Amino acid sequence: MNFFTIKRVLILGVIVAAVICLLPTFTNTWPHKKINLGLDLQGGMHLVLEVQSEEAVKTELDRTISQLKLDLKNEKIQHMGIDKAPDHKIIAQISGADNRSAVEKLLSDEYAGLEIPSVKNIDGGIIFTLRLPDKEADSIKKMATEQALETIRNRIDEFGVSEPDIRIQSGNRILLQLPGISDPERAKGLIGKTAQLTFQLVDEQGDVNAALAGKPPVGDEILYQVKQNADTVHQSRTPFLIKKHVELDGSHLTNARVEFDQFQQPQVGIEFSRKGARIFERITGANINKRLAIVLDNNVYSAPNIQDRISGGKAVITGHFTLEEATDLAIALRAGSLPAPVKIIEERTVGPTLGRDSVRMGLTSMLIGGAMVVLFMAIYYKGAGLVADIALVVNILLIGGGLAIFGATLTLPGIAGIILTIGMAVDANVIIFERIREELLAGRSPKAAVNAGYDRATLTIIDANVTTLIAAAVLFQFGTGQIKGFAITLALGIVASLFTALILCKSIHDLILANKQSDTLSI
Amino acid sequence: MQFIKPGTHIDFMGMRKIAFIFSLILILASIVSLIIHNGLNYGIDFAGGTLVQVKFPQKVDVSDIRKGLGGIGLKDVSVQGFGEQEEHEYLIRTSSDADALGNQLSDSVSKGLKGATSLEPDIRRVEMVGPQVGNDLKEKALLAVFYSLLLITIYISGRFEQKWTIAGITAGALMAAVYFLSVFNLPMPFLIAAALVVSLVLFWYLQLQYAIGAIVALIHDVIITVGVFSLLNLDFSLQIIAALLTIIGYSLNDTIIVFDRIRENIKGNSNHSLVLDLFNRSINETLSRTILTSFTTLIVLVALFLLGGEIIHNFAFAMIIGIVVGTYSSIFIATPIVLMAHRKR
Repeated sequence: MNFFTIKRVLILGVIVAAVICLLPTFTNTWPHKKINLGLDLQGGMHLVLEVQSEEAVKTELDRTISQLKLDLKNEKIQHMGIDKAPDHKIIAQISGADNRSAVEKLLSDEYAGLEIPSVKNIDGGIIFTLRLPDKEADSIKKMATEQALETIRNRIDEFGVSEPDIRIQSGNRILLQLPGISDPERAKGLIGKTAQLTFQLVDEQGDVNAALAGKPPVGDEILYQVKQNADTVHQSRTPFLIKKHVELDGSHLTNARVEFDQFQQPQVGIEFSRKGARIFERITGANINKRLAIVLDNNVYSAPNIQDRISGGKAVITGHFTLEEATDLAIALRAGSLPAPVKIIEERTVGPTLGRDSVRMGLTSMLIGGAMVVLFMAIYYKGAGLVADIALVVNILLIGGGLAIFGATLTLPGIAGIILTIGMAVDANVIIFERIREELLAGRSPKAAVNAGYDRATLTIIDANVTTLIAAAVLFQFGTGQIKGFAITLALGIVASLFTALILCKSIHDLILANKQSDTLSI
Repeated sequence: MQFIKPGTHIDFMGMRKIAFIFSLILILASIVSLIIHNGLNYGIDFAGGTLVQVKFPQKVDVSDIRKGLGGIGLKDVSVQGFGEQEEHEYLIRTSSDADALGNQLSDSVSKGLKGATSLEPDIRRVEMVGPQVGNDLKEKALLAVFYSLLLITIYISGRFEQKWTIAGITAGALMAAVYFLSVFNLPMPFLIAAALVVSLVLFWYLQLQYAIGAIVALIHDVIITVGVFSLLNLDFSLQIIAALLTIIGYSLNDTIIVFDRIRENIKGNSNHSLVLDLFNRSINETLSRTILTSFTTLIVLVALFLLGGEIIHNFAFAMIIGIVVGTYSSIFIATPIVLMAHRKR
């Protein structure tokens, strides 16, 4: 009889394919697809950020309000206040009832994107209620998330993390997987920095202390300069009365890099675009002997006195930085600001030592558990047990090959899944072998018993495995990263064990029986 | 080698009353424990909060650790040893999240601990789950349990009875019932319970005896496994959900083996007076494989439990409980229920 039947060639083909897929993990050969270790095994940081996208909508409303004020001023229409209201509304109190048609024309010409839910006449004026449509607000939020993703990706790239995985998880949530990161706290600081840079004038007429006690004058806000003292525990906060109007912002930046002052203190030098440089020149020219505050994320970094018109479009940010802080700030400014602040809502960081320990312990329990199962099968079922043991080894090869070729990630629960599969894979063998023993007892010849055993057990085995496969599929659908890893190895293991138990083992048994004319079977 | 000799005859069906009482006690104990403990002891996956795993190069006093954490303003913390004592490893848990603790938590924990113990701590793991994420994960976990029960119920009703049309009807009825109930905005556990009750009633009404037996056994296994976790006050995490779903899938294996044999034996055997004997014979014939399949799986799970490390410990424990209970229930719960339903006919 020819050894190479089609069936045997196919079986060998599957095994060889699995080995080829598995090899690159150890030797870096073709097809160059390795089993990825999960963050829990190689160490690294898993972060979920929530973009406070509502803030982006508020910023947009603020921008609309200041534009509207400007337009009204140009049209010489007086107003008694234009403010934000809940539910994305803007309440504009216009003086003089006779301005109604002029305002309506302005709104329909320039602000067609806004809804006007109500217009009310009051004593001495009209109240226009404007509203940003939900569709518009949603698209601003979506844009904010996408832009934040892009910005964070740029920052991470500059920070230097190999193979980061950054994507939108759902809605306004961004998922970051940063493997092998050595300084997670620094990375978090860099990612979370909004880096909104603005240049605003200091209100030289106002009195800071009066403003602190009561309310700041209209159009002003109180911002602080925070200085970390040398002991690193205490900080001093100096209040500044700052004009709300933003003269220039970070969007006109073209470059930012670390420089050193004459005392070798790190500072961040920035360069403006041509337009930015022109604006900067105009502001400095018009405000000589006033202070211009450099505000980053609502903190005043410095408020130098303008001595002269500054052309050339260059400025420096000073603020007693460490070199690390200056580097990160430069990266953040170069990569652009976040359109809205982000909040870390989930973090899972595993240090490299724990990852190594987990791999070691996972492999140890796999080897020992596997060895015990192999031993048990060989003792309990003798020859047939050895067949099952071969199948078990092939099974693990298949799981490994499958993990590699699908580019799946092996996590600690994933290793648990493989260990579990080792115990479950021989179940099919047990069911078949017990059936064969029954058939032998009933007086059948070994060949007939083997055939009957495999035939009758097949359906039961498939059914029993389908239910576990359903559980694995549901886990894959609903699970988070680590649990997904478990679901994948479990599902791969089940499919592999169906192949090894029903096809490979049957084939080996056929081979044994074909070459042997005796009427005994080692089982 | 053979553990169970051919011709073994144990009167399992005769023991069903004792088994039912035993199971009932276990289930009641589980429920009472859940009520006393006011639900499960959710880990930070579900409850939200922060967990820091820290390792010291040599022995430290837990009170020193607390002092160090108090020094950096961490008040509401629990500190417990983790793993082997000679590893000097500790788990620090607090219900606060990044909002309260700031973004540089592990740096400040490291500094605080260094100050109090004058040792260099190794921050091995930090997990922080915000309350919103915790709630989302809870929702997802319950959905996962719900869908796996739903799918497996449909599969069982189709498969055991070879009546796929009826399985389709069951599925439709279940979906309709759940949809109807979800209109009232009921919490997820109620939906799961309702879906189970609906499917049980349907199976009873449609006389799908095997399906009833299998589902009751599944509910039994899940309640007792959860109950053991509640009794021992162990952390209930995402991993445990994975274990529960695997148990749901796997403990059916034994049930399927026994049921298949019952059907095989029942074929061409119309004498209903011998039915009790036939059920007993079916269990005895398959007893060897029922026990062996669970045994091989238990071997690897015990290895994982003992050697796999602290992180995977509870997962292995849940699986061990679930598989032992699942094997017991396929013989002592699932089969007797089919017998009772069979006699009703």
